[in-house]
Amino acid sequence: MKLKTLMLGAVAAAAMAPAAFAERGSDGHVNVIYWQAPSILNPYLSGGTKDLDASALVIEPLGRYDQDGTMIPYLAETIPTLDNGGVSADLKTITWKLKSGLLWSDGSPVTSADVVFTGEYCMHPEGGCAQLAKFEGVEKIEAVDDLTIKVSFKEAKPNPYGPFMGAQAPIIQKAQFAECLGAKAPECTTANFGPIGTGAFRVTDFRPNDVISYEANPNYRDASKPAFATMTLKGGGDATAAARSVMETGEFDLAWNLQLAPDVLANMAKGGKGEARSGFGSLVERIMVNMTNADPSLPEGERSTAKHPHPFLSDANVRKAMSMAIDRPLLVEIGYGQAGRPTCDLVPAPAIYISGRTECMTQDIAGANKILDDAGYARGSDGIRSTKEGVRMKVLYQTSTNAVRQDFQALIKQWWEEIGIEVELRNISASVFFGGDPGSPDTFQKFYADVQMYANNFDGTDPEAYMAAQTCDKAPRPESQWQGENISRICIPEYDAKVAELGKTGDLAQRAELVKELNNMVTNDSHMIIPLVDRGRVTGVSNTLGGYILNTWDSELWNAADWYRIK
Amino acid sequence: MTDASSAPRNQWLDVWLQFKSHKGALVGGIVFALIVLTVFVGPWIWTIDPTHVEIRARNKPPSLSYPFGTDQLGRDMLARMMAGGRVSISVGLTAMALAITLGSSVGLLAGYFKRLDWPLMRLTEVFQSLPLLPLLLVMVTLFREPLAGAFGPEKGTFILIVGAIGVTSWMATARIVRGSVLALKEREFVLAARSIGTSDHKMILRHILPNVVSPIMVSATLGIAAAIITESALSFLGLGFPPDFPTWGRLLYDAVDYMQQYPSRVMWPGIAISLTVLSVNYLGDGLRDALDPRIRGR
Repeated sequence: MKLKTLMLGAVAAAAMAPAAFAERGSDGHVNVIYWQAPSILNPYLSGGTKDLDASALVIEPLGRYDQDGTMIPYLAETIPTLDNGGVSADLKTITWKLKSGLLWSDGSPVTSADVVFTGEYCMHPEGGCAQLAKFEGVEKIEAVDDLTIKVSFKEAKPNPYGPFMGAQAPIIQKAQFAECLGAKAPECTTANFGPIGTGAFRVTDFRPNDVISYEANPNYRDASKPAFATMTLKGGGDATAAARSVMETGEFDLAWNLQLAPDVLANMAKGGKGEARSGFGSLVERIMVNMTNADPSLPEGERSTAKHPHPFLSDANVRKAMSMAIDRPLLVEIGYGQAGRPTCDLVPAPAIYISGRTECMTQDIAGANKILDDAGYARGSDGIRSTKEGVRMKVLYQTSTNAVRQDFQALIKQWWEEIGIEVELRNISASVFFGGDPGSPDTFQKFYADVQMYANNFDGTDPEAYMAAQTCDKAPRPESQWQGENISRICIPEYDAKVAELGKTGDLAQRAELVKELNNMVTNDSHMIIPLVDRGRVTGVSNTLGGYILNTWDSELWNAADWYRIK
Repeated sequence: MTDASSAPRNQWLDVWLQFKSHKGALVGGIVFALIVLTVFVGPWIWTIDPTHVEIRARNKPPSLSYPFGTDQLGRDMLARMMAGGRVSISVGLTAMALAITLGSSVGLLAGYFKRLDWPLMRLTEVFQSLPLLPLLLVMVTLFREPLAGAFGPEKGTFILIVGAIGVTSWMATARIVRGSVLALKEREFVLAARSIGTSDHKMILRHILPNVVSPIMVSATLGIAAAIITESALSFLGLGFPPDFPTWGRLLYDAVDYMQQYPSRVMWPGIAISLTVLSVNYLGDGLRDALDPRIRGR
């Protein structure tokens, strides 16, 4: 009798198996490799994509952008719009409503107080919040009731989806971060390294710049998700090893940002364990020109700040010549192949925002030389120019350690030397360069160099926050704990005015015009930012990982809850 | 036979005869001399600029115009190998000279002056217990910028790397020299020299130092090999010279991505490093045998 029961049970269990497919934690373990190791899990204290992505598994915003750039509600019930009354007719307020019954991973309920607190946390006047641009123009954020949050803007805000939307503005728990406001923010190590969240996973072990272990969040809102019980996010190494580990050896399921030469990637795909997928978004590889002087002889705290303008890069002629000397199509051919397109714009997508300027596409060394000659930069006996004041035109050109970037450096160095600008190259380990540590002299925010190259993008489909990040007050400086995204230290009053105007304009066509103007002001007209390549994101995906959707408009790990194992 | 007993034999001739009989050392010496000659004289004959990007000639296999082929940017591999070798070998020789000077001085002083023995040997132990690579990384982070500012990026890095390798690899020499000095100090000829009033200064330079040359020479040759490898390791980690400045370690590092498609690009610098280190090691082996009077002649 007993045996029969057991067997019946076994048969029943076998019959149930397909249904159990959708059970939380049924698919075991998933391995993700990021060759830039996350150093913090608080996106408000770091601008690095790796940190944003690693934290996106744990903390979530009210809504995210999907692979097409469409907004979809996450913690919110719906996306507030003018039509459903969530956005007021005067465009000055947006009212979000949380889903009911949401729990933090520690079991406590998610309330509007947490959302209000998140806003306070980032907008605290003493704290250098890395995502402050998302909160541009916010007057106040208040809780209407336990589940309703009203964000009011100082002026009409045609794109009110800055706060709490997308990977850069997730909701953090008030109880955990209450003591971490303002200047104390970087000191809350436990909270910054292990935020309590609402996402599909929660952190079990965080080793900065190394490995993060996650497990399925027992309080996740969808009881059948995530399919994976545990996740390891391994950081560090290099893009080659990461690509190999997914496409050739199959040790990892997902490898992020495979910035590798096209022939290298194609060769690895022959391994047969995975494939490289690419998608174009707003990611632009660019050269940022330092408008300020990074001379090591200047006192610490004044280097690379507005106090000391750059001796020659502050002249638009020099920057224009440097941009003209670059052969962008060739860079794409060598570094990216199918995964890149030459661009002259900081905003390469969506289509309505593209400026359409293409004069930078053809290299013109002779023209560049002429500009410099006419501007009075005479060549010395060794062919290197100097300014009228006698400053030798020598630039320190830094970037992160990466084979493609080093090739770009070598090429661009040669072109710039042809126009009489001496170039010193420097490469810095990516985890340091993008690490955001205010104590390190080698971060891209500190910018202790004359030009530097990296890639950046905006999340979502609206570039307003991205454009607003280049205003004068967002330059990294000691007072902002070296946070801020105006890396070039651009300071044009008309630009700031146009950004403010953009903030008040509701009509999409007019907005597009403004964005194009802003884009040209910093790129095609002034060359303070020299865009090089519109980069597709290339991700290595194992053939056994299902449900992964490459998203260029939000965090790349945005839908980790839906991943499953292909058996 | 009669010659040997009648005319006084030249000591260096004996050394040479002994050295010559060690086939490995002889071959090692010739190979090393050839490598040094190639990398230092070669660029006068093969005048292509190692950093010149020739974009139409990317990834070329070896041919008459590019005997070692070209890299992914069309830079000539032969020119890069020679430029890289010049740096790697210069780093090796200079760092070795620094380490030997430091090590011999510390060893001589510690062995000869009793009151200096304790502090100097404890210092040696402190240095010996420091892990080399992390220490180098810290030094690179701390001093790269000031040195690059003072001497230019290439010279600055050269000084930094030579200095870093030099001050972290003198300890073995110091211990060996101290041991030899301690033994020598009790020998009769030293006693005799002392009894006629030889000063400490003269004693060290005239009587002790020439007798410890053999262990110093051996440490020196081994030190060159170690320094070349350490520089390669630093370049391999991307922490050595600027990225456009070829060294053997950097060439190896750059070629790793292309290992499958263009294996020769990893092999050239790999072979050069191995060959140099191996030949120098054999050379050191032979020198030790040749310079040791007790082995010599057997």
